[in-house]
Amino acid sequence: MKHARSAILVPLAVILLGFALGAAVLVATGRSPVDMFYAMLQSVSGKNLRAGTFNPRYIGEFIVQSMPIMLTGLSVGFAFRTGLFNIGAEGQLMVGSIAAVAVGLWVQAPPVVHVVLVLAAAMLAGGIWGAIPGFLKARFNVHEVVVTIMLNYVALYLNNWAIVDIFKSVDRIKTEVIPETALLKSAALAGMTNGSRLNWGFVPVLLSILVYWFVIEKTTFGFSLRAVGFNKDGARFAGMKVNRNIVSSMIIAGAFAGLAGAVITVGTFSFGRALPAAEGYGFDGIAVALVGGNAAIGVLLSGLLFGMLKAAQPLMQSQGIPKEIASIIQASIVLFIAMKYGIEYLMRKLRFHKPAGAPEEVEP
Amino acid sequence: MSILLTMIPIALVYATPLVIAALGGLFSERSGIVNIALEGIMMIGGFTAASVTVVMEPNPMAAYYGILAGILAGVLFSLLHAFASINLKADQVVSGTALIILAGGVTVYLCQIFFDQQRTNAFTTGLSKVSVPGLANLPVLGTLLFKDVYPTSYAAFLLVLLTWFAVYKTPFGLRLRACGEHPQAAASMGVHVLGMRYTGVLLSGALAGLAGAAMVLTQDIQYTLGSIHGAGFIALACLIFGKWNPFGVLGAGLFFGLSQALSIYAKDIPFLQAVPQDFFFMLPYILTIVALVVFSGKSVGPKAAGELYDAGRR
Repeated sequence: MKHARSAILVPLAVILLGFALGAAVLVATGRSPVDMFYAMLQSVSGKNLRAGTFNPRYIGEFIVQSMPIMLTGLSVGFAFRTGLFNIGAEGQLMVGSIAAVAVGLWVQAPPVVHVVLVLAAAMLAGGIWGAIPGFLKARFNVHEVVVTIMLNYVALYLNNWAIVDIFKSVDRIKTEVIPETALLKSAALAGMTNGSRLNWGFVPVLLSILVYWFVIEKTTFGFSLRAVGFNKDGARFAGMKVNRNIVSSMIIAGAFAGLAGAVITVGTFSFGRALPAAEGYGFDGIAVALVGGNAAIGVLLSGLLFGMLKAAQPLMQSQGIPKEIASIIQASIVLFIAMKYGIEYLMRKLRFHKPAGAPEEVEP
Repeated sequence: MSILLTMIPIALVYATPLVIAALGGLFSERSGIVNIALEGIMMIGGFTAASVTVVMEPNPMAAYYGILAGILAGVLFSLLHAFASINLKADQVVSGTALIILAGGVTVYLCQIFFDQQRTNAFTTGLSKVSVPGLANLPVLGTLLFKDVYPTSYAAFLLVLLTWFAVYKTPFGLRLRACGEHPQAAASMGVHVLGMRYTGVLLSGALAGLAGAAMVLTQDIQYTLGSIHGAGFIALACLIFGKWNPFGVLGAGLFFGLSQALSIYAKDIPFLQAVPQDFFFMLPYILTIVALVVFSGKSVGPKAAGELYDAGRR
């Protein structure tokens, strides 16, 4: 019970601290934090509280921004549960996007089937990209952090090469438009939200969250993955196949991120794009997973939180607030979460003179 | 051959920030703290250096004030990583991630506060090249290494020597390495583990700050969000590829610098023409993964890097 309460209270405190710090930065640099909060409210509710106008397009864009980072959040979270740090969601997302473009452009299929094929191909590609660090970790004990960082850049250049040399982009920036049958676009959803980019992408996203919850919490497989995360040697001793679990976990993590690539490429956009640099979905995913405590419902909620921050950026910018305040808030939230153990430890030390109700926790 | 002659000075320009930042990573990891935030610290250093240079110019020393400011900013920024990971026992990779996100945000945010745009103003000259009198006239070698070279490149070579000396030939270096290998054993011999780790992380901040400054002032005309474009991660790759050794870092840095220069000149070299430019960009990252596999099983890196230091454990 106590544990469940702190699982909610700690992220909330950290989020509040992050926003307070962001507000302080705005005040210190002569900008108004009130404008920022109005921008965030408007991006969530569609209502401009000052002008009293309502535009549902903001709600649509808010959901569009939340979808891919929930998936990269699931990707990072799934690996975390097995004790692995997947900084590679960004790269897995990019190869997913390459696969989505390939199946979208080259395969011909009836409407729904084509989209499903695109999504499946993206998950497969992301899974393969995730399998590489998983295999290297299991077989050679090479640290997954470095391998996934390196693979992010390999994926970035692979993507840019593919866009130009394989998909024969004319302007070297984007491919030709992918046929309608392969897209998640929906005229109805766009119409409902006054022409936003809202699309059917939320269906695979919600399904993924459900699958994540089910696999992690309700299956023996999920239990053995978590066991590896808690204590590798213990899990091995209990007869679990630790190495196989590491590889499986990275494949599934990669598949979630690969799906995010498809949701962006055939949902938010309708063509493949060459990128000058990584877009930060992987780092967003780390923030989402950490704040969400690597739990399905947590990822859903923190995905909405960071989606709101991203969606509010153009609004902030138009009101004279540098949109990078969103990154500053996000970074401080991540930093505060990283400091959690230390802060809890300091707080225990401060309370040392009081008779402790619960026995002292042992350092993890 | 003539292509090689024009390519090597350019490779040197690319290699300089990689080597300097990787040396920074070396100090941090040798002390036992993983620093994946080199990229972020380089952004802070580059932004600060560019801003100070812009403000100080036409002063002929403007770029040098910029570099000094970049180093200082790098130290201050890395203090966050040191405090989080040493005092508050934060996961070093999470803390590094936070710093990378923060650097991208803070630098562009401040650009808008100071310069009212997404980037700093452009500086007019940045860092000027120098020639070594006498040596510059040497045949071949003179044009390659002593004519029109950025002073930061010489600084990189010098820093490699200094780092090697400090890490392998001084009591400080012995203590530093001990903290990265077996901190409890070091502590039992009276080494102040936390102090050594602070030194390691702050040195990495200073060097990565310098690297960022060198990169922006020699390869760019202003600081933008894309100025550092992954150099901090290639520096991390250099550190691993160079087996956490200063001379190894130098070799890896020069090699990766050459692979970047090759990406520009490949179209003029017959047997490399067919290779797409992006493949040259990929090379450092792929080679680093290969190197990690080759090194695996041999104890190459600092053993305790990335682990929480618990003084009570044995």
